[in-house]
Amino acid sequence: MEDLISEFLTETNESLDEIDVDLVKLERNPNDKELLSKIFRMVHTVKGTCGFLGLPRLETVAHHAENVLGRFRDGDLQVTPEYVTLIFESVDCVKMLVKALEETGQEPEGDDTALIEKLDAVYESRESSAPEEPAKENSQKASEGGGKFTQAELDALEAAFHSTPGPNDAPAPKVAEQKEEPAATLPEKAVATTQSLRVNVDVLETLMTMVSELVLTRNQLIQILRTNSESEFNGPLQRLNHVVSDLQEGVMKTRMQPIGNAWSKLPRIIRDLSMELGKKIELEMHGQDTELDRQVLELIKDPLTHMVRNSGDHGIEDPETRKAAGKPETGTIRLNAYHEGGHIIIKISDDGKGLSAEKIKAKVIENGLATAEDLEDMNPNQINQFIFKAGFSTAEKVTSVSGRGVGMDVVRTNIEKIGGSIDLKSVEGEGSTFTIKIPLTLAIVSALIVEAAQERFAIPQLAVRELVMVNENGENQIEHIKGTAVFRLRDRLLPLVSLSSLLKLRSDDDAEDSSNRRQYIVVSQVGMVDFGIIVDRVYDTEEIVVKPVAHLLRDIELFSGNTILGDGSVIMILDPNGVAKHVGSLDNAEDADTMHRSDANEAYSSEKTALLLFRAGEDTPKAVPLSLIDRLENIAFNQIEYGGGQALIQYRDQLMPLMTFDNSVPEKSDCEQPVLVFTHKEKTVGMVVDDIIDICNEHIDIKLDPPRQGLFGSCVINGRTTDIVDASYYLTKSDNNWFKDHDDAPYQSPTNSDEQIRNLEQHSVAKKRVCLVDDSAFFRNMLEPLLRMSGYDVMAFEDAREAIKLADQGVEFDIIISDIEMPHMDGFEFARAVRAHDAWQDTPLLALSSHTTDEDMEHGKAMGFNAYIAKFDRDDLLQAIAKTISDQGYSENSAYTLESSSASQNAHQSKEHHT
Amino acid sequence: MRNAAVLDTTTQDFLTINIADQRFGIPILQIQDVLGDQNVTTIPLAPPEVAGSLNLRGRVVTAIDVRRRLGLERMEDEDSSGKKSMGVVVEHHDELYSLIIDSVGDVLRLKDDDFENTPPTLDPLWRNISDGIYRLDNDLLIILDIPKFLGSVDE
Repeated sequence: MEDLISEFLTETNESLDEIDVDLVKLERNPNDKELLSKIFRMVHTVKGTCGFLGLPRLETVAHHAENVLGRFRDGDLQVTPEYVTLIFESVDCVKMLVKALEETGQEPEGDDTALIEKLDAVYESRESSAPEEPAKENSQKASEGGGKFTQAELDALEAAFHSTPGPNDAPAPKVAEQKEEPAATLPEKAVATTQSLRVNVDVLETLMTMVSELVLTRNQLIQILRTNSESEFNGPLQRLNHVVSDLQEGVMKTRMQPIGNAWSKLPRIIRDLSMELGKKIELEMHGQDTELDRQVLELIKDPLTHMVRNSGDHGIEDPETRKAAGKPETGTIRLNAYHEGGHIIIKISDDGKGLSAEKIKAKVIENGLATAEDLEDMNPNQINQFIFKAGFSTAEKVTSVSGRGVGMDVVRTNIEKIGGSIDLKSVEGEGSTFTIKIPLTLAIVSALIVEAAQERFAIPQLAVRELVMVNENGENQIEHIKGTAVFRLRDRLLPLVSLSSLLKLRSDDDAEDSSNRRQYIVVSQVGMVDFGIIVDRVYDTEEIVVKPVAHLLRDIELFSGNTILGDGSVIMILDPNGVAKHVGSLDNAEDADTMHRSDANEAYSSEKTALLLFRAGEDTPKAVPLSLIDRLENIAFNQIEYGGGQALIQYRDQLMPLMTFDNSVPEKSDCEQPVLVFTHKEKTVGMVVDDIIDICNEHIDIKLDPPRQGLFGSCVINGRTTDIVDASYYLTKSDNNWFKDHDDAPYQSPTNSDEQIRNLEQHSVAKKRVCLVDDSAFFRNMLEPLLRMSGYDVMAFEDAREAIKLADQGVEFDIIISDIEMPHMDGFEFARAVRAHDAWQDTPLLALSSHTTDEDMEHGKAMGFNAYIAKFDRDDLLQAIAKTISDQGYSENSAYTLESSSASQNAHQSKEHHT
Repeated sequence: MRNAAVLDTTTQDFLTINIADQRFGIPILQIQDVLGDQNVTTIPLAPPEVAGSLNLRGRVVTAIDVRRRLGLERMEDEDSSGKKSMGVVVEHHDELYSLIIDSVGDVLRLKDDDFENTPPTLDPLWRNISDGIYRLDNDLLIILDIPKFLGSVDE
């Protein structure tokens, strides 16, 4: 009996899946008699078998559903969506019961009368002649024990036994696939055409394992005999080789199942979805026969279902919207599966509304996944990638189908778990296409064999993007920033991790002179994290059989398994996910994403700046904002004179001090070298450089903290790491009076501030307090020292919200300078807030922006800004600050009375000077 | 201490193994294989007692350094004395482990009468992995309890 039940369960599960598909078809072709007969037969079989096995509850439901189907078949009742829904309900009920049976071995307790009532109502509506009594009686009797039947039922039952194979016969679905046959003639045909048999999956798994071992043994043999070409074993080995290959392929095939099996539930889902949402959706499926390993199949089933649901729910618009957009009312979701280079590609595309960048952005900001400013310059593809993040769902309303926020991130995780990848293309208004790439099988993977510190490791090929050979003296070099290895891969910096240090292996080579050592970088990508793994050698790619690691090694997350190579040695398989986690010692891949992205965001955050690229001293290019440079000159070094410990040169009737980046004093020689001339007021300073490379407009995204004084930090410009030079540092060094011009502004150098403060105290000039708000680190770094040197006390803020907090704390400033485009709170909002605040309402407010159209200025003034300054005009800025403060000084006499005399005097002078 | 099945029989067969100067016994029925010197792949980041993994007829076997496990020095003099380490393969929870030891001795059939529980004064590390001790004529044989031995490595 046990066996019978398990057989029944397997069969019924298959039938039920098929019924789902067929019912959807039937709904579309209500007059398809063959289809109807097929469905009828399947339900009938379920009913019949249930009766036989003594499963009354199941039988009753199936029976009443069959009654209704019978009416359809006889043509008494028209197939309508409502009726089909009812049948679906019954099928669901059967499924539920079967599932419970599977789990507990017994039919669950419960009551299906509501459903049965509905079925009976439909059944009886057309057959008014049939008395109500028998039906009810039937259900009662049937539910009592399934032993007693009315004549009608007995007929049906008899028909069932005739028309369908018993539980021990050939599987029913196979029969059912012989579409053209009506019920009566089926049995013989079924027996004759049955070419398949059920094999327990365990048997196949064992077989697969054994074949894997055989493959390994063969590889070993080949390895041994490779050195011995004369061997008498060569011939037989070759044959063995072929046979084993065929055997491997054959056994793999037994594990293969058409992907259509994973799709069988989809038509039903789409149907329900269109009913619920009032949409018209067509589901097209191509390449159902594409086969893949059943293990993989099981794992992608749920992600696929989820994605198709998503397409239906979020992608396809309702008919009116579609019509309005000039599309056919019926939306199409297209599934396509095919093989490509050892992988299966599954595409899910819809012709719906596509992903809305605006909605995603809003959602991203709302959920705090990134800031508006971060998003500003991202390309649409980058924005779309956000849908794969945890806690993201674009559906405006949560339907029963989707929008619960456990969406695509789970899909991505699941797909990546089996070594696959997912990609997305979407055109707003035209639809989206998801492309999933998954390995054919999990048991045998293609892997790159690498070596680090004399140990070999396997890296799954799927994670490997490219290989780069690096050589200390060659073209490609690994660069180090404060001990961190990075590599310039085309236009970006790739973080590197050394395999031997990651695995804490001792490398004998470390002691040796490593100047001529070749190394390789395995460029890998996991999710959205890119990184490079430094290895000592790269061997071959090999097809390896993945074996799980021993229990006590499971905790080492860097390994996903181990394998035996052709030469018989055991090697560990690196888990790219594990490695990715270790890159930057991040806790999980999600964080890695965020980190990665925020890095990228910074690149977009600041406006483009004109930079002069040059080389001086080291090999690393340097850059300085072009706006700071007055002229570029070629100066003959034989004209250098010396005075006061400085190298000087006569330049335009002045003595110009010459500086170098390494702070050495330039020597007299016959060569000419380019010099950057910085001029401020009447003072000039020359900065000697080796050569000038280029002028470019770049986003400045300072990636690293300044490695030493005189640099703001490093960033990637034109694909190369470039140091951004803090010009003011060198200039103050050259001449302590730099920026101090006559005596219009008190001056403080950051390098010898004590002395300056004393000076200030002597002059008893109170410093003006400046509040600087700019989200760009670069401009803060640039303006802060500049303002300080011009004699202001500066507090700089990245976030306007932080600045406004100070107002509450009673901190007062003489002037507030604010950027306009900022995340969280932009300059206009900030201005409004400042003006609304009692403490700050009279504080002068300067807008600092790269956008200075008249319109902007008007808007800024309306918002409360006193003046509007272009971002890069240094002189203008200093002048405007002085002017604004002095105007304010005249007009108000509350908080500033004490200082007002000197302030206005200073400002006055500077005003005179500037005008 | 000992399980009932062992008590029922009057004698039991043990493979004796030598580690440092101590003889240990492993119930012969638990032994799958005895290996000579093997090519062991070290596993980075693994616990210290894991010597590595090796290939035994297509199965991956995890090698456990018994000396290390018992808190003894590594056998550094293997080259000078010409001795090579050996491995005794046992199965534990469907996984194979090779216990790396100094050398293998005889197989002994031992009477249950000679069996003693481990003395409570023994080093706890040793007591926890031992099943008991057999009194031999001129020395003592400590019985390794494989599940305990590997189980504790596991944790």
